[in-house]
Amino acid sequence: MKEYNLREYVGLQEITGPIFIIRNIHNVGYNEIVEIVDDEGKSRLGITLEVGKGFAVVEVMGGTRGLAIKNCKVNFKGKPLLMGVSEEVLGRVFDGLGDPLDGMPRPVYDEMINVNGLAINPVSRDYPENIIETGISSIDVMNTLVRGQKLPIFSGSGLPHDLIGTQIARQAQVKGESFCVIFVAMGVKYDTARFFQKSFEESGVLERVAIFLSLADSPSIERLLTPRIALSCAEYLAFKKNMHVLVIMTDMSNYCEALREVSTIRGEIPARKGYPGYLYSDLASIYERAGMIKGVKGSITQLPILTMPNDDITHPIPDLTGYITEGQIVLEREMYNRGIYPPIAGLPSLSRLMKDNIGKGLTREDHPSLASQLFACYAHVKDVRALASIIGEEELSALDKLYLKFGEDFEKKFLSQGYTERRTLEEGLDLGWDIISSLPAEELFRIREEDMKKHYKKKQ
Amino acid sequence: MLKAAGKVYRVIGPVVEAEEVTFLRMLDMVEVGQEHLVGEVVRLKDDKAYIQVYEDTTSLKAGDIIYTQGFPLYVELGPGLLGNIYDGIQRPLEVLREKEGFYINRGVHVSALDRKKKWHFKPLKKEGNYIKAGEVIGEVQETLLIKHRILVPPDANGKIKWIANEGEYSLDEKVALLTGKDSEKEIFMYQKWPVRRPRPYGQRIPISEPLITGQRVIDTLFPVGKGGCVVVPGGFGTGKTVVQHQIAKWSNADIVIYVGCGERGNEMTDILLNFPKLIDPATKRPIMERTIFIANTSNMPVAAREASIYTGITIAEYYRDMGYNVALMADSTSRWAEALRELSGRLEEMPLEEGFPAYLPSRLAEFYERAGRIKTLNNDDGSITIIASVSPPGGDFSEPVTSHTKRFIRCFWALDRDLANARHYPSISWVDSYSEYIEDVKDWWHKNVDKEWLSSRYAIMELLQKEQRLLQIVKLVGPDVLPHRQRLILETCSMFKNTFLQQSAFDKIDAYSSSRKQFLMLKSILKFYEKSDGLIKKGINISEIKENPIYQELTRMRFKYSESEEDLAKMAGLPSEVERSLGELEF
Repeated sequence: MKEYNLREYVGLQEITGPIFIIRNIHNVGYNEIVEIVDDEGKSRLGITLEVGKGFAVVEVMGGTRGLAIKNCKVNFKGKPLLMGVSEEVLGRVFDGLGDPLDGMPRPVYDEMINVNGLAINPVSRDYPENIIETGISSIDVMNTLVRGQKLPIFSGSGLPHDLIGTQIARQAQVKGESFCVIFVAMGVKYDTARFFQKSFEESGVLERVAIFLSLADSPSIERLLTPRIALSCAEYLAFKKNMHVLVIMTDMSNYCEALREVSTIRGEIPARKGYPGYLYSDLASIYERAGMIKGVKGSITQLPILTMPNDDITHPIPDLTGYITEGQIVLEREMYNRGIYPPIAGLPSLSRLMKDNIGKGLTREDHPSLASQLFACYAHVKDVRALASIIGEEELSALDKLYLKFGEDFEKKFLSQGYTERRTLEEGLDLGWDIISSLPAEELFRIREEDMKKHYKKKQ
Repeated sequence: MLKAAGKVYRVIGPVVEAEEVTFLRMLDMVEVGQEHLVGEVVRLKDDKAYIQVYEDTTSLKAGDIIYTQGFPLYVELGPGLLGNIYDGIQRPLEVLREKEGFYINRGVHVSALDRKKKWHFKPLKKEGNYIKAGEVIGEVQETLLIKHRILVPPDANGKIKWIANEGEYSLDEKVALLTGKDSEKEIFMYQKWPVRRPRPYGQRIPISEPLITGQRVIDTLFPVGKGGCVVVPGGFGTGKTVVQHQIAKWSNADIVIYVGCGERGNEMTDILLNFPKLIDPATKRPIMERTIFIANTSNMPVAAREASIYTGITIAEYYRDMGYNVALMADSTSRWAEALRELSGRLEEMPLEEGFPAYLPSRLAEFYERAGRIKTLNNDDGSITIIASVSPPGGDFSEPVTSHTKRFIRCFWALDRDLANARHYPSISWVDSYSEYIEDVKDWWHKNVDKEWLSSRYAIMELLQKEQRLLQIVKLVGPDVLPHRQRLILETCSMFKNTFLQQSAFDKIDAYSSSRKQFLMLKSILKFYEKSDGLIKKGINISEIKENPIYQELTRMRFKYSESEEDLAKMAGLPSEVERSLGELEF
């Protein structure tokens, strides 16, 4: 379609951080790729951030270390960054730019895709349906993950989000359909990356997982591309190969930091806390790539993990994420300190798409009312605990004491679960009934009569 | 006629700087580069122009040609708008899908209205009549619900030289010919109008009627008048979008325009799959027949997001000019303001608070002032009600968009994080919300529903205020130590919150409450309070009152009584039933 012009220039004008300016050039397109060869003959990739008459501003992926103004050669490729995709990416490990890290050759590509992706036409979207069973009861029963959903995990530093992420990647199942996981690590430490890789290898699920690793010491700009490259693979697998793809991205906070870094170097006007004004649009261009399309069998489900700076949920990163995603799973430090794993907070966690996808014919008919009742009772437990801390546990009414007992059981038996323990949804629901049965029947006003008869086992 | 008007000098994200510019005027629409990407001129300086581009600018380069038609960014207004879904610059998304597949590609040009479709035109004026701008010349049954009045465009008037007979015409065929002073003008069934210019009207008239939304907390406690402006601020997960959806579904506006501005793709999908199934309670017709969608989701180009609000309000004005009451939902104006901020940043303008440009308040004011109740040029009554949601970062209402918006609106529905966490929906706080339309709409309620409406509303608000104070004490010492009369206030308010303020959007009966049902519910609860208060004074225990069967009856009334005449008649007896049933405790 477009004429392919490959031109090489020698010499730059200015280098600041990961960005350089080059002058006396022409016919260079915005947001296209650039190859830079330094005086040792090593090449690295870049992208044009701004183009103008006779100049271009280029962001260098490999960092600008070792680049000299005079000698380096710059090749403008005349096309945006493309990623080769095929089914062979499964079972492989790549770096942040999509090059193999596992010592094997590049997969044979079926197609080259523009990593920036295109917006899905809202009228072509299909509403997410059918759940993904993660084998973790506090997600499956209380905050069900639905195919095509984007459900982030809001964590804090030191909390076990990595464990939860790998546990989900290992355990997740979609009944009777082809399913795969794309694991994207951005700015993680080497030890963590090693942990991910090892745990996939050991549990034997590696052949259905593709891993993209952009380590903490690789240039921060690389992180801006890693999720886009991974999502291009996901789109190919889901919409061309009809697979259900679960994309786990950790840690989105590192992505946002990289974005802020680049924005600051470019001298852009900051909005909140120094993050650029387009942080929302930029995150949306990643998160909105999740979904389902009418007439296509596959789906992309996203599970981004982010660490909230200072556990502050109003920080721009979790805040803007929450405005885009369909719910959130919040990890609670206080629970984790009490030894509860996974420490998924009951009240602030929410799956917005759950209501349409559970119940009769979808999961189990008692699921909606049980989940809502567990939720309501647990909310009451929090009130009772607050009151008990003022007037003392002894002064509580008999009913409130039952609630305290329920709260204890709920956290210790239901929410708690081993790292290698896979609990099916069915088992999770039964366990829920077992625990809620310690409360008197009159208190369970959200449960339908039929379900009460079938599942409630009176305990007092 | 497309002509070359300049060349690209610099590309900075969605903004393009052009040089060697000729012919271009401020806010002219342009097409950029080989792919003819749509853009708009936002600044001119010497022979340079700054253009905001409504599509992804990847691969644009210096030297690419810029074309212009010499028009500002406009929308097409005519039959075929209803039931349609457009992007921010009025490209029909269904047509794009048929042409381009499931992704939105760049540089696709399609007309907003179907030019081939035949409409049944009925003339309402005769040859030889003199006619002014804005008058109705004929009509088209656009959907079974809505008659589309064909208006003389605001820039035309004169004597009708020729008018088409009743019959089937497409939009490309002219339907009338006007002779003005020295020129002739062809009239079509559609017209074009620049989005950033408010359409002319006769004069403003005061607001007198409420927009009935069927949502109890809104209609009874914080009503909005037809022609008013409301803002709905709330952090994520507090249910802004559900409130907007409920109003789009149930309100008694004639036309609903829903602008999804920078929000989730799946939310639009939810609407598009569900709305066609819904039937309007008043007219018994599918609500799609009165609804227009503008969807510019968060991952679609940011400049088109900025335009989407204007596209929506211009279409709203067009239907208002036909004499309809239009409700415009904008979800969310924060995303629009952010688009403004992003574009302003790219234009290297001086930023103010949180990076927003200095003209944010004046843009907001311009937008909200396009709402109102008016006499049209044809001397009909029409109105636009704006219901705009705001997504304050971190749920902090003191941020610039919320605080500036508050200056231009008269009704505020604050969504509360604690209520949402307790799954109390709609989570509209009765403490922080307000409405200045109560005085404007009270006569309507008194005339159409009951003379005690205003006094009942104040009575319950007073109880809620008292409850606020009592809850502070309860937090410290528990409810058991309070005197029974005060515990009754707590019980009544808790009943009011659970049965009246909470309303399930997903329950068939509960989703919509008519003004009559709302009033009867309110009155029954107040009756319960008055009567019980009297009983307690006489020494009757509060637990006896709670055991009375009427207590259960009241807590179930929102699900029990539907909108049928029969049920409402039964409900009308409820207040006296409360009186009778509680009266038995006296013996």
